Amino acid sequence: MKTNDTSRREFISATLLAGLAVTGCSTGKNPFEPDAATIETVKPSGEMIKLLSVDGEVIEVDKAFLKPVPSLPQVSNELARQGIPGKKFVMVIDLSRCKSLKKCQSACNHMHSIHPGQNWIKVYPQQEAEHTAPYWQPTTCMHCDEPPCVKVCPVDATFKRQDGIVLIDSDRCIGCRFCMAACPYSTRVFNWEDLNLPKEIADKPYSCETSVPQKKGTVGKCDFCPDMARKGELPHCVSACPNGVFMFGDMIEDSVTNGSETFRFSELVRDKAGYRLMEDLGTKPSVYYLPPVNRNFPFENKSETEENKKS
Amino acid sequence: MESLAKQQIIEDLLPQKFGKAGKIWVGILLAFCALGFVAYCLQLKNGLVVTAMRDYVSWGIYISNFVFFVAISLVGSLITAVLRLTQAKWSTPLTRIAEIIAVSAITFASIIIVVDMGRPDRFYNLFLHGRLQSPIVWDVIVITTYFFVSILLLYFPLLPDMAIMMKHKDVTGMPWLNKMYTFLGSFWKNTAGQIHISEKAINILSITIIPVAFAIHTVTSWLFATTYRPGWDSTNFGAYFISGAFLVGAGAVVVAMYVFRRSYKLENYIKDEHFDKMGKVLVLLALLYLYFNVNEFLVPAFKMKKSEEEHLMGLFTGEFAIVFWFAISTAMLIPILILITKKGRKPFPAFIAGILVVIGSWFKRYLIVTPTLLHPFLPMTDVPEVYKHYFPTWQEWSIALGSLAGALLIITIFARIFPIIPIQETITEIEEHEQA
Repeated sequence: MKTNDTSRREFISATLLAGLAVTGCSTGKNPFEPDAATIETVKPSGEMIKLLSVDGEVIEVDKAFLKPVPSLPQVSNELARQGIPGKKFVMVIDLSRCKSLKKCQSACNHMHSIHPGQNWIKVYPQQEAEHTAPYWQPTTCMHCDEPPCVKVCPVDATFKRQDGIVLIDSDRCIGCRFCMAACPYSTRVFNWEDLNLPKEIADKPYSCETSVPQKKGTVGKCDFCPDMARKGELPHCVSACPNGVFMFGDMIEDSVTNGSETFRFSELVRDKAGYRLMEDLGTKPSVYYLPPVNRNFPFENKSETEENKKS
Repeated sequence: MESLAKQQIIEDLLPQKFGKAGKIWVGILLAFCALGFVAYCLQLKNGLVVTAMRDYVSWGIYISNFVFFVAISLVGSLITAVLRLTQAKWSTPLTRIAEIIAVSAITFASIIIVVDMGRPDRFYNLFLHGRLQSPIVWDVIVITTYFFVSILLLYFPLLPDMAIMMKHKDVTGMPWLNKMYTFLGSFWKNTAGQIHISEKAINILSITIIPVAFAIHTVTSWLFATTYRPGWDSTNFGAYFISGAFLVGAGAVVVAMYVFRRSYKLENYIKDEHFDKMGKVLVLLALLYLYFNVNEFLVPAFKMKKSEEEHLMGLFTGEFAIVFWFAISTAMLIPILILITKKGRKPFPAFIAGILVVIGSWFKRYLIVTPTLLHPFLPMTDVPEVYKHYFPTWQEWSIALGSLAGALLIITIFARIFPIIPIQETITEIEEHEQA
């Protein structure tokens, strides 16, 4: 980490967030001692702002000293491999609400800086049989409880955590692509070339939980955004969807939410006849689908109608 | 009389310097290797994006080439071990040809699998973080074992020959060669004790190599069969791969026999009889492979499960039909038709049949890998159009051809340095024959 970042964090933790002192201590300096250099460069504006400190005291701070809190440090590789204790993450995808806006996809691509053209979330135009209704089926990684990809990985670069999430350690992956052959849901993508990421993203240390930055010669896929879960927030696809198609939650708490509505997971899946993809393969996915009944939108396959017009 | 014959054998079989044709041949092979090397450097620099592989076809001709090499290397165990243990004496002049094919093929199988890796710089992770549960790790273990057993099976029978070559220093030329013979084999004094130990060791190795050979190709088939994909998800795969491997290896041996016989004038050693016998072996193996092909394709085709249908129809009548029927006919049907007649088992037609088998088998490996990947469970969606097709780029072809040229180069150089037909064993056999 760069020195001025550290000093800024020390400064803020000294004035505002005593809780962050733990990270400050690791540098060996007293985090409560204001950095002389910082004080000199910041000129008090004279405008005071009232804040509530972590111990419930109201304190006053000059506005000039207010800086955005830097994001929490990434969890260690070891912790990222263990997962969040006491959780079992699940997703429910309501097919009756999807009209293939692909907001989920663009949010996911943006947040994970995925190679242009590749997608971790795919939206399939599906039709079970000739006379049945077509519908849109978004897919994420299924985060299987019997993950075929994890079984075949020769170096433990892709792994299953105690909270049910399957992640990839891009610093370990050797790029053999056996996991891609093994995954029946075609969920994995490979970084065939250098991604030309902006420097501030490319220079970040890789974290299994953010899956950023993606690295040349390694495999990537949907990660259920465990970094967001750690912050108590929803995965990017869930919050990006305007129709509330995706519901994310914890099976042990038995609740899933799309941000505006919250459901009891077991009731939702039971009442709406939820199912999982390719149940017969025995992969036991963590993603449940609600069948496309009473649909909110008609099925319009734009690419198909355009093709028909041409011909 | 007897010693004269012995002298003649030694003169005939000692390694010879390259003639003009030999030099051109080595030059061509080196050129292909260099091209492959350049292409690989480009791949290292730019990443696997230089290949035509993409997210759906994530394994391409590198992996087909790998399967092909592993397959062809199985012949070492067939000729040296199976035929030796079944006391088929006629195979003696072919053992070394088979064994060097095995060693060079397995070497390039290991090289090509590293070429296919996205991060070859992290190869050490296989040892640092290797998971025994993964079939790739099984493959690494058995291929390494097979490599060393094959090297030993090549080396032990060479010891008496190296003693002979050291006696004929003037013929072999180049002083560094003599130094190498001394380094590798000067401890060999041809005593009864040494011969006994060597024979015992060869016998043990011959028995060991059979399960190891079965393991390398069965495990290679499991790289595919342990997945769910239509076309790979088959309990037939191990036997299907092994039978195909013996076939292509035997085909390669017939081709090599013909080429060595022509270029080194070995008509007295690799006789018409050998082509006749190997021709029969090829027919048997082709029929066996055909049998497993019938099982592999007709049984699922009878049911036509939805997931299999697209894949099978693609092979039978769809976009892969030409390659599929070409491979089936050149690898099996036509060679059977040629070799089933006595005339067809003469050296030249047998050579042609061998070439057909090898070429057909290469395309067969291509068909095992690629079409399956183009027919995933969920239809190909949300990818650029180029991701939905696969045709190898020039870099892939160069690397694939370079690796094939490299394997041929090892065989060629080996034949330049060592006698390609075991001298001592040939002498011993003739002596035994005369005594009887």
